[in-house]
Amino acid sequence: MAGATLRTIDYAVLQQCMHCGMCLPTCPTYDQTKQERNSPRGRIALMRAVADGVLDVSHEFADEMSYCLGCLACQTACPAGVDYAALFETARSDIEGHNAHRGISRRFWRGLTLGFLFMHPSALRFTGRLLGFYQRSGLEALARRTGILRLLPPALRRLEPQTPRVAPRFSPSLIAAHETPPGPARHRVALLTGCVQDLVFPDVNRDTADVLLTNGCAVDTPATQPCCGSLHAHNGDLGRARVLARRMLDVFPPDRYDAIITNAGGCGSHLRRYASLLDTDPIYRERAVVWDRKVRDVQEWLIEIGCRPPRTSPFTEVTTVTYHESCHLVHGQKISREPRALLRLLPGVSLVELPESSWCCGSAGVYAITQPEQAERLLGRKTANIVGTGASFVATANPGCHLQIARGVKAAGTHIQVAHPVSLLARAYRREQGSSA
Amino acid sequence: MALPRPITDGLVDILGAGSVLTKPEDIIPYSFDGTAALWQMPSAVVFPHTTEDVSRCVKFAVAQAVPIVTRGSGTGLSGGSVPSSGSVVVCLAQMNTILEIDPKNLLLRTQPGVTTLSIDEAASRHGLFYPPDPGSMRISSIGGNVAENSGGLRGLKYGVTRDYVMAIEVVMPDGRVARFGSACVKDVAGYSMKDLFIGSEGTLGIITEILLKLLPQPLARQTMLALFDRIEDAAETVSAIIAARIIPCTLEFLDQMTATCVEDFAHVGLPTDCAAVLLMETDGHPAAVADEAEQMASIARAKGARDVRRAKNEAEALALAAARRNAFSALARRRPTTILEDFTVPRSELAPMVAFIAETARGANLQIGTFGHMGDGNLHPTFLTDERDTDEMRRVHHALDMIAKKTLELGGTITGEHGVGLAKKGWLRQQMGDSSFEVMKQIKRALDPAGLLNPGKIFD
Repeated sequence: MAGATLRTIDYAVLQQCMHCGMCLPTCPTYDQTKQERNSPRGRIALMRAVADGVLDVSHEFADEMSYCLGCLACQTACPAGVDYAALFETARSDIEGHNAHRGISRRFWRGLTLGFLFMHPSALRFTGRLLGFYQRSGLEALARRTGILRLLPPALRRLEPQTPRVAPRFSPSLIAAHETPPGPARHRVALLTGCVQDLVFPDVNRDTADVLLTNGCAVDTPATQPCCGSLHAHNGDLGRARVLARRMLDVFPPDRYDAIITNAGGCGSHLRRYASLLDTDPIYRERAVVWDRKVRDVQEWLIEIGCRPPRTSPFTEVTTVTYHESCHLVHGQKISREPRALLRLLPGVSLVELPESSWCCGSAGVYAITQPEQAERLLGRKTANIVGTGASFVATANPGCHLQIARGVKAAGTHIQVAHPVSLLARAYRREQGSSA
Repeated sequence: MALPRPITDGLVDILGAGSVLTKPEDIIPYSFDGTAALWQMPSAVVFPHTTEDVSRCVKFAVAQAVPIVTRGSGTGLSGGSVPSSGSVVVCLAQMNTILEIDPKNLLLRTQPGVTTLSIDEAASRHGLFYPPDPGSMRISSIGGNVAENSGGLRGLKYGVTRDYVMAIEVVMPDGRVARFGSACVKDVAGYSMKDLFIGSEGTLGIITEILLKLLPQPLARQTMLALFDRIEDAAETVSAIIAARIIPCTLEFLDQMTATCVEDFAHVGLPTDCAAVLLMETDGHPAAVADEAEQMASIARAKGARDVRRAKNEAEALALAAARRNAFSALARRRPTTILEDFTVPRSELAPMVAFIAETARGANLQIGTFGHMGDGNLHPTFLTDERDTDEMRRVHHALDMIAKKTLELGGTITGEHGVGLAKKGWLRQQMGDSSFEVMKQIKRALDPAGLLNPGKIFD
């Protein structure tokens, strides 16, 4: 798929869709509008029309590809095995190539985020520190009180209250570059700390390292790591996605590790596709194949190596927990059984099924920013389902879902908490030693 | 072909701007249904929400001489809802409300855009069920099911859509609203007009409301898989079960190619190393189920089954049936184009039919996967091909012709449950004979003299 446009990709990938319609009931946008263009097979028909030269890469086409969540529920539903992720990324890349998106400010923000911040980990952390200072110093409260925020453009003003709280310390302050388990090391793994996870939930990274150590893994966590490039690939910047993939392969030579561990569903789904991303790169191609074979979501890895059940509960009393599936974990990586299996290992935890657990929560990368109305509708539906279970905890394994759902259950006036399954596991292990988490 | 401005404006006046689509990006996705290799752009797509909306649209379109193609979820398999040139597609997907459930009389009244699965789910909340279960039931619309008289996996015991339609409301080709049938179990007042519209494929009217019959859920169910090394043995097992006076609800057949593709997708434990698999299911009173399951298993063994496995629980049984429903789409994994057929023969002729299909594919050097509702004599030979390969497509069409001829020789029909649409109309006169064919066309002309409802479907 390197350098591909809809006109040049292998036409058989488009033909793979035999338009049977089995994807329609699983598509959150089709469910909303009942219009075919908002469905996977409708979008593929538009892509095929572009490939056939019947349709231009128009503003309308760009709008439609932007309305797609990229949740990949259709890929799970598709009996014919259509690679929607590849088609979708190619379409978005084509749209960028044709400059088919409306709006000038979009170019500025896109350049700043994809072109600069997510290309330079130190700049991203620096920006994170500034934002953290603003939030904690009282400046934010002052800005909100004085009403100066009304000067922001409407789109930013709407988003301002949703700005995630940046953590006071990031992953390198919490995790040493090399950590070894108390007993003999049975496995050697690399831990990817992610971007959003690192800035907002570095404690999830610490928890991940702890659980890996407890299960006999030596953990390498270099302080400076590149972004995995998933944001770039999902948003049509395949060129920068390739640059980042190569950097990642340089930082973590895959043959050095038994597994390369990620704890963010959105990153994992992209990390496993480096081989196809770099398939025309003579230098990195083979390393990428090895890499793809070794990438594991932490939950998948723990089940694979036989996770030790904790002897104590993470909680002081019996607690009901439900599980929301990150789209890119369940649909992108087909990991659905493992997180539940881990939660069932926890003493004192009663796991209840969440209705529509694999239906997108509306976070979907930058979707909540680009398509706020649809994102809010999906969040409302998700929140209602969560509240309906009566659970006091929602476990979920992706920082985007974590932020989105935390906002939803808070806005609904509940005290439901959100946690990564691995954090609950880490908490249980810590309580074994008598120290409370 | 774009509609003249006054016509678009007229439709917008009736339905509102949000319910009339004309931009290429909006209407390209309506240029096909679930059928392979059939494409035609409509000139507009409209979304009515009430019977009144439909009636006004039809009156307006007829006055302007614009053809109308009705569509539900667009999962049809004979091209029935592929637009004709210059047509307006009337999409009923947003008329999707279940209007009433009457558990006392075992009835359900619904709009046509509701999915088949939603009907069954609504019924199950009252301990009832809606038996017809076409492969696409998760998304197919009930209106489409009625218009095509769809079948499904349980047809052997429970029949097809026709057997559950009590009454319908239809917008006629001149825009009048008519109602046929009633809530009465017995009703012989006048012609059985509802039966004329069931399976009429959108050529006689637009069905806007349906009254369905429901059944009490069976108390028990047993699902089994029988594995065969010879396809003919599977076919003979089916004939022997029927001859033994057993009416199972399901006798589904998958050949090795189909079973392998389905297993690749669904991972439900379908065997992929045998020539044929029979998915057998019996339901009803627990004692009868146990007895019938035992008999079916021993018949299968006597006819040469290598192994007979029973589903361990309800979840496994449901997973097997769900996997089977994906057979057609799963076959698309192999080649770019998947052409599905729907030939049906008297059950006693199954073994020769299956053998003929395999032989024809071999002779023409074509890849074919066959599955189907063997208990109904209904086979779905599926050609795995590539529409861009003209030589191969020529061979496919020749092979299809030969199989169609053989079907008719054996006293069969060119379509068991998918309808004639565009895909099968070439063989219809041959099957029906001249006078029956002409009578049918006379009815079409009488009800739709201008020929504006789904033109070119069933016959020219």
